[in-house]
Amino acid sequence: MPIVTSLDVSAIREDFPILAQQVHGKPLVYLDSAATSQKPKCVIDAITHFYLMDNANIHRGVHELSERSTLAYEAARGKVRGFLNAANTQEIIFVRGATEGINLVAQTYGRTHVGAGDEIVISALEHHSNIVPWQMLCEEKKAVLRVIPINDRGEIELYAFEKLLNPRTRLVAVSHVSNALGTINPVREIIQTAHEFNVPVLIDGCQAVQHMKVDVRNLDCDFYVFSGHKLFAPTGIGVLYGKEKLLEEMPPWQGGGDMISSVTFEKTTYNDLPYKFEAGTPDIAGAIGLGAAIDYLDQIGMEAVAEYEHDLLQYGTKALESISGLRIIGTAREKAGVLSFVLEGVHPHDAGTILDREGVAVRTGHHCAQPVMERFGVAATTRASLAFYNTREDIDALVAGIHKVKELFAA
Amino acid sequence: MINDLYQETIIDHNKRPRNFQLLEDANRQAEGFNPLCGDKCKVFLKENNGVLDKVTFQGAGCAISTASASLMTETLKGKTIAEAEAMLKKFLDLLTTDQPVPMDLGKLAVFSGVREFPARVKCATLAWHTLRAALRGAGEAVSTK
Repeated sequence: MPIVTSLDVSAIREDFPILAQQVHGKPLVYLDSAATSQKPKCVIDAITHFYLMDNANIHRGVHELSERSTLAYEAARGKVRGFLNAANTQEIIFVRGATEGINLVAQTYGRTHVGAGDEIVISALEHHSNIVPWQMLCEEKKAVLRVIPINDRGEIELYAFEKLLNPRTRLVAVSHVSNALGTINPVREIIQTAHEFNVPVLIDGCQAVQHMKVDVRNLDCDFYVFSGHKLFAPTGIGVLYGKEKLLEEMPPWQGGGDMISSVTFEKTTYNDLPYKFEAGTPDIAGAIGLGAAIDYLDQIGMEAVAEYEHDLLQYGTKALESISGLRIIGTAREKAGVLSFVLEGVHPHDAGTILDREGVAVRTGHHCAQPVMERFGVAATTRASLAFYNTREDIDALVAGIHKVKELFAA
Repeated sequence: MINDLYQETIIDHNKRPRNFQLLEDANRQAEGFNPLCGDKCKVFLKENNGVLDKVTFQGAGCAISTASASLMTETLKGKTIAEAEAMLKKFLDLLTTDQPVPMDLGKLAVFSGVREFPARVKCATLAWHTLRAALRGAGEAVSTK
């Protein structure tokens, strides 16, 4: 395999101070970035600087600090726009995370467009956050939730998807990349097909934005959501992108300050986009941190990230495949960032505890995707997930840890 | 040390769980589960004049929860209900307090190592919480969440 030289991983690792520590007396090997990513120092510094120097509420005061904080918050919105290649900043709504973004769409677009007997289509790969909001909506509206099946590799069955679409379909909501398996879904094809039926599509990009270049105009998706904390930014900030036309016609979600133009007891006029959907004081520092993370990624380049991680994932896949008694769950031809597996005769929680004592941090369990686990006939898996700060040495440490697990359980 | 957690007894009981069967003539039983990890456990008791003649279990879970259930059934067979209640309290104390390990726990003392792994305490106690539900006839599924 060629060694990728376009990305200097040792320099990158120095940008993430948290990685340079020992746990249980072993160097930390962080392979849980799909749960949450680590934060580069520049992101931490941006938040610290904000609270040390600029903190004030936004869109309110005439004083200097309020001006600075408003500028920084809106600059972050501009950075997100550029990152997603959205047409304009009105289309970028700051939310708490992808979960809130999906709930916002379900409660506004969904409640105004979905009625009794209508249908919403999701996939069998979804995280609970892209299942439950739609179930709640369907229950309220007496609508029907349809699920696109997946094959044994963990890939969406496109031909089955086409058959699910019909005049009652009101929305399609699918993940860009599966959190449990790492499958990259053919979202462009899904969007094109849905649009032939005039059905809008929401893409959950939680596990995609940190691994590849995402261009919402090229995808032509109607909504796109992601969480900042998986993109090397802090927790508590996320993004909902929506096409302006759709966002304009959607009713507001939460009411409060900042989302209004004028309020009397008789009538309230709502604010323009994007503020219509940002009631209350937002996570200003979080947005600024997200902006700093995007600046950082811009320097590295998402193409270089994707290329480096592709190589690392291939290396990891080969390494795991060589371990007897290990079965990789999710073997899609197009994957990003995730190595999910089960070990014969060993429960994932036991594997996770033993790996932890070797310094290797992985996620064990159902990954908030119980239907995916059921599809593969397992209760849980061990999931190693990658970011561009991981190395082949991290994979080697994982493999050594797995051998230790097998050794302990061979007794 | 990881070997303090995965002692030979635990590995052995995970691989070859004792009394791992449905008890047709059970007169008390309960079901327990841990919603966070999906572990399940059913405990069956055949009680006769205050004595546990038979104790069995079924379920699916990690090595800690399986071995804990297996050793529990071995330990409690032939014990009175009062003795079982006392053992239950002693076992939960072993895992959830810093008290010195009691001398009369027998094989169950291997679980003292779990104390050093707080995330795994619920694995070890699942079978015992289920036992308590069976003894007290709560009849509802218990959850260790």
